[in-house]
Amino acid sequence: MAKSNEPGWWSLFSAGGVVAALFLPITMFLTGIAVPIGWLSAESLRGLVHHPLTRLYLLLLISLPLFHWAHRFRYAAVDLGFKGLGGLLPAVCYGGAILGTVMAVFLLVRL
Amino acid sequence: MTVNSTPKKSKELIRPMPANWWLQKRTYFLFMVRELTCVFVGGYAVFLLILVGRANDAQVFSGLLHSPLSIGLHLIALPMVVYHSITWFNLTPKVMVVWRGEERVSPLLIAGSNYVAWLMISFLVAWIAFKAE
Repeated sequence: MAKSNEPGWWSLFSAGGVVAALFLPITMFLTGIAVPIGWLSAESLRGLVHHPLTRLYLLLLISLPLFHWAHRFRYAAVDLGFKGLGGLLPAVCYGGAILGTVMAVFLLVRL
Repeated sequence: MTVNSTPKKSKELIRPMPANWWLQKRTYFLFMVRELTCVFVGGYAVFLLILVGRANDAQVFSGLLHSPLSIGLHLIALPMVVYHSITWFNLTPKVMVVWRGEERVSPLLIAGSNYVAWLMISFLVAWIAFKAE
């Protein structure tokens, strides 16, 4: 059998799927509803973002869901008829997730 | 005898697939919605990245969270991500078959424990955020 990176990408997809399923809805509720309607102040959320554990939380919540997107979107795009893109589609997807992870590390360390 | 080396093209039938195949059946449509939830999952990750990038400026950070664009996108993305959670939790027992001795652990128990974990994590994250208030 030819060597394939598939299991590695699938593991990241799966880990991202779990993290997104468990943590994203409540986090989205905080940033998209609780703050705008005034239950939570943006300033206290901003303070929380600077805590080391929150930074780790945010790194996982940015990186893994990006890899989840990359792997799922790659195949969904083909299902929707985007064929003939060859290696470009996976390169853009996984490359985007890697770039997002590097940016997240950079921005979170810089805070 | 000379061997003709031009390979013969096989005559297999490749059925053309119309691009709107997923609109033709409810189950296909729900499958595609499930797959496309990844766009909102990834999109929110990008939003978090922008938010973190602005976290050193109190005014910009607050303005971003209160902007109509952010609120509007959240209202579209949140139901899609909740749909991701539900479909993900319901699929777990199908991917992960657990045996206890001779007995298969009930798929409902596995899916159920996912929902319990979801609830507990959501409360914990909310509690931490509101305690910091």
